[in-house]
Amino acid sequence: MASSLTRDDVAKVARLARLTLSEQELELFTEQLGGILDHANDMSSLDLSDLAPTAHPFGLVNVFRDDVVKPSLDRDAVLEEAPDAREGRFAVPRILGEAP
Amino acid sequence: MKTAVEIAQDVQSGASTATAELEKAYAAINARNEELNVFLHLDVAGATAIAADVDARIARGEKVGPLAGVPIAIKDNLCQTGVPTTCSSKILDGWKPPYNATVIDRLVAAGAVPVGKTNLDEFAMGSSTENSAFGPTRNPLDPSRVPGGSSGGSAAAVAADMTSISLGSDTGGSIRQPAALCGLVGMKPTYGLVSRYGLIAFASSLDQIGPFSKTVLDSAVLLETIAGYDPMDSTSLNEPAPSLSAHVNDGVAGKRIGLVKELYEGADDSVVAAVMSACEALKEAGATIVELSIPELQLGLSAYYLIAPAEASSNLARFDGVRFGLRVDAEDVTAMMEATRTAGFGAEVKRRIMLGTYALSAGYFDAYYGQALKVRTLLINAFKKAYEQADLIIGATTPGVAFKFGEKTDNPMTMYLNDVFTIPTNLAGDPAVSVPFGKGEENLPIGVQLLGPGRSEAQLFAAARVLEIADGR
Repeated sequence: MASSLTRDDVAKVARLARLTLSEQELELFTEQLGGILDHANDMSSLDLSDLAPTAHPFGLVNVFRDDVVKPSLDRDAVLEEAPDAREGRFAVPRILGEAP
Repeated sequence: MKTAVEIAQDVQSGASTATAELEKAYAAINARNEELNVFLHLDVAGATAIAADVDARIARGEKVGPLAGVPIAIKDNLCQTGVPTTCSSKILDGWKPPYNATVIDRLVAAGAVPVGKTNLDEFAMGSSTENSAFGPTRNPLDPSRVPGGSSGGSAAAVAADMTSISLGSDTGGSIRQPAALCGLVGMKPTYGLVSRYGLIAFASSLDQIGPFSKTVLDSAVLLETIAGYDPMDSTSLNEPAPSLSAHVNDGVAGKRIGLVKELYEGADDSVVAAVMSACEALKEAGATIVELSIPELQLGLSAYYLIAPAEASSNLARFDGVRFGLRVDAEDVTAMMEATRTAGFGAEVKRRIMLGTYALSAGYFDAYYGQALKVRTLLINAFKKAYEQADLIIGATTPGVAFKFGEKTDNPMTMYLNDVFTIPTNLAGDPAVSVPFGKGEENLPIGVQLLGPGRSEAQLFAAARVLEIADGR
């Protein structure tokens, strides 16, 4: 599959990834990401329909432990390192479009 | 500079103390850190307390571990309680983890003394440390050249005799490549052998923590110390840790070593010559060399540069200004997240997040990510077939010796090609070691790479030791 990555594609991906790109970065990334995807063309021509995908080298299976309460990280120690925390919680700017 | 094993012996016998060894390490660090930019943070107070504790235990006649009083450098993507951990990124600047990575706990339990955190390519994405938000690390052997990456700081710490051993992480070659460029032994262990708990994730199905050292024995002792099952990492192999240091001198008599042409073709002449003379040395030690071709390996780079960014784009979604590190304020939460990520991530990290997000996005998933996962299966099958004909595989670690700053930064593909020989191992989940063998241009070190099937660390160290002896060390 020939990469036909466009500037619009890159702009859309940037939105999905929550990144703001300058005009210059858009230009540069369109060219660079296109180049990397072009290199991946050596894979796209292969017929691998018989092969199962490997997402994990040794086949990841769920690991369970007994449902026993164990100590975990101290809440205050964790919140201490957050940019903003109030009343034992992480604090963020408003989430809804309108002020409450 | 003494080896880690020698330092531990001296400390245990009373010929030296952990405190004295720590003072020596800090003197060596202070002498060259400004020039080389190896350490981002020195935990002087913490290390001093750990060293004092080791000395007190020895004074009381208590048993101390195999790394008693040995100063060690830690890559700055490993969490250590209360010690700044940045991944060389502005997005984590100032964050102090509230817990220890499992490897840190195991090191301290073995008597080792973590002295500080070393520089890396931001979030371990790179092959030169030029992607660090805090400036590049310089190669101690030639400061006009890169130390390799992404664990460039951990390699430079040992190469500059600041510490005898260090920890790095290897996702596509990030231990073996800097080991080769700095003239060190460096191993990427079998996936799951070392707990990743507390290693800030880059690509979770590929990342492994591993050792750097001057000698094969030191790497074996260090890996033995950090290996073994950990319930805090669900991908940790639930089996006893292997015995490694006891097998370092097992040799290679009767072993079949596969010389794989895809793992040296295209490398500089001096590198190819080093691989060939390493084969001669193994033959003289009783091994048989089997010439092999594994054409599938050539697809490794393409598969890796879709799989690793795809996993990274997901892992790095957690850096959103809510829980740790940087926050750039904005009118609502989405704008805050976007402003934080835009200001906090460097260019290479953004490039890989973008690439991974694209490879996973609707309409492209099957063609890119899906196809890459199938290539991964193809590669694993090809390795399995090769290991029917050979016990271990030999090749080059890198296409050339340490390169100059800026030489490969214009085009990302040029930098990525430096990982072409190291990437296949990570995709397969297998172990591989780089061992210095011979010299190339400007008398710079060359790394020869030995690869093996899963859980072959003991045989790999034994083969590496044969090359170490043949190289006059």
